[in-house]
Amino acid sequence: MLLRLEPRGEASRAWVYATPFLAVAATVFGGAVIFALLGQDPLEGLYQFFIAPVTSLYGISELFVKATPIVLIAVGLAFGFRANVWNIGAEGQLTMGAIAGGGLALAFYEVESSFLLPAMIVTGVLGGMAWASIPAWLKTRFNANEILTSLMLTYVATLFLSTLVHGPWRDPEGYNFPESRLFHDAATMPLIWDGTRLHLGSMITLLLVVAGWVLLTRTLAGFQIKVVGLAPQAAAFAGFSRTKMIWTTLLLSGGLAGMAGLFEVAGPIGQLLPTISPGYGFTAIIVAFLGRLHPVGILMAGLLVALSYLGGEIVQIELGMPQAVTGVFQGMLLFFLLASDVLIRYRPRFGRHSLGTGS
Amino acid sequence: MAEAGRLSTGATAIPLLELRGITKAFPGVIANQDISLKVMPGEIHALLGENGAGKSTLVKIIYGVLGADAGEIRWNGQPTAIANPNPARALGIGMIFQHFSLFEALSVTENIALAMKGPLDLGALAKRISELSQVYGLPIDPHRVVHTLSVGERQRIEIVRCLLNEPKLLIMDEPTSVLTPQEVERLFDTLRRLSREGRAILYISHKLEEIRALCHKATILRHGRVVAECDPTTQSARDMAQMMIGEELRTPEHSGAKDTAEVKLVVEGLSVASDDPFGIDLDDVSFEVRGGEILGIAGVAGNGQRELMNAVTGETLADAPEAIRMMDQAVGRKGPRFRRRLGVALVPEERLGHGAVPDMSLLDNAYLSGYDRMNLTRAGFVAGAERARYTKRIVSEFDVRTPSVDAAARSLSGGNLQKFIVGREILQTPDLIVVSQPTWGVDAGAAAAIHQALIDLANGGAAVLVISQDLDEIFQLADRFLVINEGRVSRSLDPKEVSLEEVGMLMGGLHGADSSAGEVGNAP
Repeated sequence: MLLRLEPRGEASRAWVYATPFLAVAATVFGGAVIFALLGQDPLEGLYQFFIAPVTSLYGISELFVKATPIVLIAVGLAFGFRANVWNIGAEGQLTMGAIAGGGLALAFYEVESSFLLPAMIVTGVLGGMAWASIPAWLKTRFNANEILTSLMLTYVATLFLSTLVHGPWRDPEGYNFPESRLFHDAATMPLIWDGTRLHLGSMITLLLVVAGWVLLTRTLAGFQIKVVGLAPQAAAFAGFSRTKMIWTTLLLSGGLAGMAGLFEVAGPIGQLLPTISPGYGFTAIIVAFLGRLHPVGILMAGLLVALSYLGGEIVQIELGMPQAVTGVFQGMLLFFLLASDVLIRYRPRFGRHSLGTGS
Repeated sequence: MAEAGRLSTGATAIPLLELRGITKAFPGVIANQDISLKVMPGEIHALLGENGAGKSTLVKIIYGVLGADAGEIRWNGQPTAIANPNPARALGIGMIFQHFSLFEALSVTENIALAMKGPLDLGALAKRISELSQVYGLPIDPHRVVHTLSVGERQRIEIVRCLLNEPKLLIMDEPTSVLTPQEVERLFDTLRRLSREGRAILYISHKLEEIRALCHKATILRHGRVVAECDPTTQSARDMAQMMIGEELRTPEHSGAKDTAEVKLVVEGLSVASDDPFGIDLDDVSFEVRGGEILGIAGVAGNGQRELMNAVTGETLADAPEAIRMMDQAVGRKGPRFRRRLGVALVPEERLGHGAVPDMSLLDNAYLSGYDRMNLTRAGFVAGAERARYTKRIVSEFDVRTPSVDAAARSLSGGNLQKFIVGREILQTPDLIVVSQPTWGVDAGAAAAIHQALIDLANGGAAVLVISQDLDEIFQLADRFLVINEGRVSRSLDPKEVSLEEVGMLMGGLHGADSSAGEVGNAP
């Protein structure tokens, strides 16, 4: 017996928007099965994973703290993905943004100026852009695949950060721990909710979600990005340059990833560490697709995935489950989303194919 | 065309193929309604109709690609079910599709072997191919690689592939649309030979002169129904056209350019290497178009038309700025956006994916080429109201049938989308319009509207460049035309004076053995 996929005529528009919910439902079900297989009560497990994290105000604030970098990066990536530019290295651009902006904080240590934080944000953005410009240049000059180059540059960036905090940027009073100094007050993100870690970056992210929405749906630039992705020949016909789109989308996604990195080190972390992100740059790829490459969808998807980070921590503590649970849930989410996407466009058929020459 | 009409079959003979009341509906449209026809052994039977009349659906039902909703197929008088192409082939039905399914990088023999069942001896197969091609006058070398072959030669592979199965009925879908007049004549010789052997041919076309020259009988379809059956040898082409279209034919009139008119487009010594490994390099192409003039570029598909079109639109840049001049400006190194701003409008051959984005709405597709010239962008933002007004003007002035301007481009029929694209360009009041295959796959009504729009534009003083494989179209529209072959263009020709034979020779080029084939049959 042979499984074939047969194209359906038109993909249903309703299903395109319904599948993310279907994928979430399937993930919840898959999660219950996994909890059961691991000898846990599935309902208790699901409660701890999905509900317990948001039963307190602090939990809710943490949800936004976690969602901030993910959403910020995913909004940038969505523009690239729409233009068929596959930046997989947001994690590296996040790291370089943190290094650039954090470096500025360390260089002006103890300097009290209200210009310092804005300058750090700008430098963070530029750091991310600089790192993303390497795959852009390699792609436009040598037609090198940006998936590979951006991904490989991620490891360069994280090792570079590690080198810095183990060496020149190590805190002189830090007992030889591989950590930088704690950023002083003028170099940290102001909190917007006392008693929590919720910082100004979340507000900026919300504004950028709206800005991204407007850019995508109301401007010539957004239109160009969509046309380049949907019909490259039509884009050439209209006079939209593919090279320009590659640069624009890579710089945009790199810049936002750099900003996210800076928000992390100047916000919840407050210093440079060898590891500053639990893989936000990669998670953002899932979030971008789960949110259907639309800024508002991404905001919702980002909150959901942030929940999986919090839920993962709670089941570690409460149920003694391994940390990998978070990754398993995120993986299931992407898997079910892609699977249902395939089923929107194709219909599975069993048995042998009999049609001859196509027409 | 001495042979046509001389087929004699007794009145009591059993038809090879008989259709009774075939009906097939698709969501929203009835493609075939109660269609009945008979094909006798040895008969060349024309299936005539406009695009969208239901010809393709009907032959797909006969070949088993589609199933009919109602009706009966009889083969040699016996009711027969044809669930898919395998039983069709087993009965002895062969089909030559309009678009060939060949692998460019494989040889002729290998391509044919792929379609055969069971273990094969390639050497024996190659010999068999040579024999068949000799007997039927289909010269092909079994060892040639397909990408080195002309379109006519590729068609012969498909025919030989069918003949290997000893078909009793051969279905051909628009076989001459890609052939030179000489190649057409040669194909007809082959088909007549097959007919004499008692093989029936179901010949789909909308070219009336061809049908008059070749076929014994014609069934005319309109809107999915049989509207007439006739003996094409005794009918005039005009009568058949009116049966096909159902209305009076209107011939567009065009006054032609004055020699004093300003030159809008100059192409001089343009050479461009194709970016496609199977593409054609342009070699020293020169011509000019004046305001008020329609210049045609004729030629068999794949002789550099695509490359020429891309060079004129600016999608590929010339090496020298001076190679292309538009409105007295050197634009060889400028992209489409710059050229559009000068007042150039462009209609590419491929509607979906090139001239329009299939998944975007008509609003977005109007914006696609009008964003600059129609002032639809304000400070980087899409001017929504102006865009809607422009789109609605296109839809109403060019009679685009669509439920709304929010409909996706891909949901429009070919003719409607082409009217939309042509309308979109014409409303930009261009000084120069470059159109490739303006009426390819478009129904006759829409084609006439598009021709008229181009003529009106020329009468208004714009320069019009039309690249078309359809010689009839060139003869109908152009004041002058050139023939493109292997990336070179011929001298300028006058459609009123040039002989069809000379055009055919130019289309076949100097290297083509085909140019020696006999007299030229079909007049435009």
